[in-house]
Amino acid sequence: MITKRIIPCLDVKDGRVVKGVNFENLGDVASPVDMARIYTDSGADELVFYDITASAEGRKLFTEILTETASNVFIPLTVGGGINSVADFDRVLKCGADKVSVNSGAIRNPGIITEAAKLYGDQCVVLSCDIKRVGGEFRVFARGGRDDTGMEAIEWIKRCVGMGAGEVVVNSIDTDGVKGGFDIEMLDAVCKAVSVPVIASGGAGCIDDFIELFRKVPTIDAGLAASIFHFGEVSIEDLKNRMAEEGIPVRR
Amino acid sequence: MIAIIDYGVGNLFSLKSSLREIGAEAVVTADEKVIAGCDRIILPGVGAFEDAARKLRESGMADVVKKEAAGGKPIMGICLGMQLMFDKGYEYGEHEGLGLIHGNVRPISDVIPEGYKIPHIGWNLLKFRKESPLFKYIEEGDYVYFVHSYYAADCDDAVLSVTEYGAELTAAAANGSVYGCQFHPEKSGKVGMKILKAFVEL
Repeated sequence: MITKRIIPCLDVKDGRVVKGVNFENLGDVASPVDMARIYTDSGADELVFYDITASAEGRKLFTEILTETASNVFIPLTVGGGINSVADFDRVLKCGADKVSVNSGAIRNPGIITEAAKLYGDQCVVLSCDIKRVGGEFRVFARGGRDDTGMEAIEWIKRCVGMGAGEVVVNSIDTDGVKGGFDIEMLDAVCKAVSVPVIASGGAGCIDDFIELFRKVPTIDAGLAASIFHFGEVSIEDLKNRMAEEGIPVRR
Repeated sequence: MIAIIDYGVGNLFSLKSSLREIGAEAVVTADEKVIAGCDRIILPGVGAFEDAARKLRESGMADVVKKEAAGGKPIMGICLGMQLMFDKGYEYGEHEGLGLIHGNVRPISDVIPEGYKIPHIGWNLLKFRKESPLFKYIEEGDYVYFVHSYYAADCDDAVLSVTEYGAELTAAAANGSVYGCQFHPEKSGKVGMKILKAFVEL
C-alpha cells in the first residue's frame, strides 16, 4: 500500500530558506542544503524547493543550491517558482529536480502544462495552486498569493489535470501561516474533483493537524509544511511514529 | 565504470550523484566507444515513451544498448528507461521499445480499480517474485519510490518483484543480464542505494 507522504517545503530566496507568514515578514532560517540533508535523515518522504526570487542572480543562486542539494539528497525533489516555459522545466530537471511545479506560469499560459507533459510525462508536472475564499467561492490567486485571478479554483484545477498535470499542491492562503490546521474543507473539495495525487499545504501547526488531515480527507496523499519543521516545532520522526500509531500508512 | 546513457532525457544528475554516493564510478555518455569500455550500463528516463524512444533511436543509442545486451553486459533501465526495455509502449499511441525484455508497457488505469489515483506516485513496498542478486542487500517489504502512470505488462516470466496498488504492478523485471526497475533507486533513500550497490556488484 502506498504511504502518506510528509513533505517539508523550503522557500528559497538568495540561497537561503525563508518562510512567509501569510506570505509576508519573510524570516531567514538556514542553508537549504543542510536542511535537505537533515530532513532526508529524519525520514522526510520528499522535499519541495520553491524559488521565490525574481532576479536573474537569485535564479542562478537557486540553481546552484538545487544542484548541490540534489548531489547529496536521494529522495524526490520537486522544484517550483519562476517556471514559465519548457526551458525552465529543462533547467531545473538538469539540476536534479524530479518534478516541476508550475503556478503563475500556468495561469499566464496554461499550454505549458500540455507541452511539458508531452515532453516529460504527466507525473513530472505538478500544478501548484494558491487558493483563497472570495465571496463564497474558492478563488485562484497568482504571483505568490498577491493577485486575484477571478478564476474558480476547482474548475481551474480540473482543467489543468485534464491538460496533463500529474499532481496538485493545494495551498490555502486562508490557513497559511496561521498554524490552526489544514484547510480540510478546501482540500476535500479538491480531492473529490480530481483523480491525481493531491498535496495539502498551508496551516499545519502541530502533529494533530496532520492526523486530522489524513483522517478527515482520507484520499489526500501528502501533507506539506515549512516553518514547523524548520523551527523544530514538529519533528518528522515523532510525526511519523504518531501516524503509524494511528494506523495511517507511513514509511519509517 | 558505469555508462549512464545520455540521450537527451532528464534525470541523469540524480543518478550520477547516487552512484558517486555508493562509490561507483560513472560517466554520462552517448559515445559508443566509451560505452563499450564500461562494464555496466544504466538507461535512465523521465518523460514520455514516444519522445524517449525516438531520441534513443535517433541518437544511435538504441542500437548500442541492444548490441551491449547481446554481449551479456549488465544493463539496468530505470523508470521510463525500464519501460523502454520492453517490446512496445502504449502511451499516447503505440510505440516500439528495445525488445530486450518481452512484454508491453500499458496504462495502469487498465488494471487498477476506480478510486486509485494516477499517476502512482509515492513510496510503496516491494514484494519479491523471484530471487535476484539485485535484492541481496534489501528485504521484502522495503519501501521504494514510484512515479509512473504506465507499467510493464504481459511479462510474467521476467517479473522479479511487484508492488501493490489496487493491482500488482511490475516493480522490477529481468531477462538475463538486462534489468529494469519501475521505481527510482536513485530516489529511494537508503534502500535505493542498496539496490544500486547490488547492481554494481553483479
